[in-house]
Amino acid sequence: MATEILMPALSPTMEEGKLAKWLVKEGDKVTSGQIIAEIETDKATMEFEAVDEGTVGRILVAEGAEGVKVNTPIAVLVEEGESVSAAPAPVATPVAAAAPAPTPAAAPVAAAPVAAPAAPVADGSPDWPAGTPMKTMTVREALREAMAEEMTRDEDVYLMGEEVGEYQGAYKISQGLLDQFGDKRVIDTPITEHGFAGIAVGSAMAGLRPIVEFMTFNFAMQAIDQIINSAAKTLYMSGGQMGCPIVFRGPNGAAARVAAQHSQDYAAWYAQIPGLKVVMPYSAADAKGLLKTAIRDANPVIFLENEILYGRSFEVPDLPDFTIPFGKARVWREGTDVTLVSFGIGMSHTLDAADKLAAEGISAEVIDLRTLRPIDYDTVIASVMKTNRCVTVEEGWPVASIGNHLSATIMERAFDWLDAPVINCTGKDVPMPYAANLEKLALVTSDEVVAAAKKVTYR
Amino acid sequence: MAARKGAAKSNTSREELLSYYREMLLIRRFEEKAGQLYGMGLIGGFCHLYIGQEAVVVGLEAAAEEGDKRITSYRDHGHMLACGMDPKGVMAELTGREGGLSKGKGGSMHMFSKEKHFYGGHGIVGAQVPLGAGLAFADKYKGNGRVTFAYFGDGAANQGQVYETFNMAALWKLPVIFVIENNQYAMGTAQKRSTSTPELHTRGLAFGIAGETVDGMDVLAVKAAGEKAVAACRAGNGPYILEVMTYRYRGHSMSDPAKYRTREEVQKMRDERDAIEHVRELLIQGKHATEDDLKAIDKDIKAIVNEAAEFSKESPEPALSELWTDIYA
Repeated sequence: MATEILMPALSPTMEEGKLAKWLVKEGDKVTSGQIIAEIETDKATMEFEAVDEGTVGRILVAEGAEGVKVNTPIAVLVEEGESVSAAPAPVATPVAAAAPAPTPAAAPVAAAPVAAPAAPVADGSPDWPAGTPMKTMTVREALREAMAEEMTRDEDVYLMGEEVGEYQGAYKISQGLLDQFGDKRVIDTPITEHGFAGIAVGSAMAGLRPIVEFMTFNFAMQAIDQIINSAAKTLYMSGGQMGCPIVFRGPNGAAARVAAQHSQDYAAWYAQIPGLKVVMPYSAADAKGLLKTAIRDANPVIFLENEILYGRSFEVPDLPDFTIPFGKARVWREGTDVTLVSFGIGMSHTLDAADKLAAEGISAEVIDLRTLRPIDYDTVIASVMKTNRCVTVEEGWPVASIGNHLSATIMERAFDWLDAPVINCTGKDVPMPYAANLEKLALVTSDEVVAAAKKVTYR
Repeated sequence: MAARKGAAKSNTSREELLSYYREMLLIRRFEEKAGQLYGMGLIGGFCHLYIGQEAVVVGLEAAAEEGDKRITSYRDHGHMLACGMDPKGVMAELTGREGGLSKGKGGSMHMFSKEKHFYGGHGIVGAQVPLGAGLAFADKYKGNGRVTFAYFGDGAANQGQVYETFNMAALWKLPVIFVIENNQYAMGTAQKRSTSTPELHTRGLAFGIAGETVDGMDVLAVKAAGEKAVAACRAGNGPYILEVMTYRYRGHSMSDPAKYRTREEVQKMRDERDAIEHVRELLIQGKHATEDDLKAIDKDIKAIVNEAAEFSKESPEPALSELWTDIYA
């Protein structure tokens, strides 16, 4: 049977080209893989190989023809014994493609499924039952306890990172874990984030549940390709086959006097990535309950801690198996005049600001997002519909911040309820300076939050 | 084809030779068909063909056991076919259809199979090297005696993460075979223009990792080297480096004008060193098969490839709702 040879597309964007040269003539035998023509695209001259074997029956498009559309028949191959004259006659000019490539589905698909319910319902259920006995604990102890409990619960959970073992943790989060679980499950790494993050991701693809501790998230930039391109995207790229249950955790944001390379908040960076979940706890109870949830999650989770919060004490429920679900904000303080939304260390300034505002007779509602992907939009929107004013607070930079995203969402979903523009309180748009006075100036402060709250309440 | 040393005195059985012939031919015909479908606009984006390198995966798969893992770069079609993944599913993924192994959401560079222990298909040069060591880390953790083949090219061999991985793999004695498929060109850059020391199998010496080089156009030599590497790995000696000298006949991707090497260079490799022709010669000279036997195999392979191509055209594009699935488990 005669086979048509079609004008090939030789790049992702090629639509037509010039048939620069035939390297075979009618009557020639060709084998698959043999170069039969040279074709000029807008970018380069390419060699064109035969796929099928046979004899060149007819050349349909002459050498030198320009503007030959992709998929136009340019020659006909005939099989052994088949007569050359059986092949169709040549066409005078290049014809339009007979069988155009399937066009991509043009139907526009609705944007992300953030359906806009008129009156969102905030999930105000308590994180633990009333009457639960509480114990006082630092964030550091809470994180350690969460890891120890989950490592006891599941043999496949292991901890890997710099100084997590013999040194007992650069910030003592993993204190005692090496003794408790041994060096098979508490693994000291060399200082090579890119490599060990990749190894951990590979082990998660093979079914383990690694916790990767970055000494700080600043160093995770060395590993960010493995976090985003390998961990976050593989489930999608594999059509749901190959998941990556892994937790990347460590201190994030500014510590104190460590300057620009060691003081950066990655909340907005990671929150942008579909496929990742992003957690940024403030209290010890949230640190514990959310880390346990993160370790059990079947997806890659970015768990952003804060060095300054490690030593702070909070009340933590004394329960044998206490977890907090992702995507559920916590209302720390109810109020009626303005909604203050924050997360992580930002909560510290925000709660402080709420106290100061209360002293001036302004009642602030304070929401801790706790997780940034997923975000509990409903709790924020329901609150804004009540107070009609909103200030967001975070330590990160102002451009493309979490606050920007919340502002846009509030505008879309609660525009008519707003009595003032939303203000985003953020870190200043500068690399972190070293000098004590400048560093203080670069960070967001409770006084700035107070000023913003007064501005939106017109006081 | 010019005779090569030892070509006529192989002790390899008829069945083995025939299976190598079949598997290599399947890859070649599949890739030629993929090139054709690309030319017709049915395959989009990047498409990196494995033509010329077939003996590498076919030889190493012959050295692997059930349960061993493999991971590679974006030039991955050959690896998938060699480990037994369905040609229909691979081709339909290339055309971006529902019947593709990733439901049309991964494409040429991103396919996976838990069942066949194939962990991708990775589009970022070198990223699969630590991932491969991670697969081996999991095997060691579980103590299941499995090994991982982590494939990468001579281009990736200059990536920093490769050396971070060599260090940890050696330190932790991970059962991973680093297979450097040296096809001599990192995209369009010849090895001598990109690489300070050409002997890539020695790149592990600083970490205490043994390595050797093997003729990647000779499937029997690749298999023998693979068996040695697997034995060392399975014995708990830690990683091993195999530098497999090979050659890609086609461009880096479909839109490669190939101005960095001469047509004569490519033709010489095809004429004198072709891996499939080599096995064909062994079969004929050893009187293991007649021309007609091989023609029958060619016909079978052609039918398999045509069936895959038909499937890849008929399978519908993914449902629009698929945009929103598989983001989270």
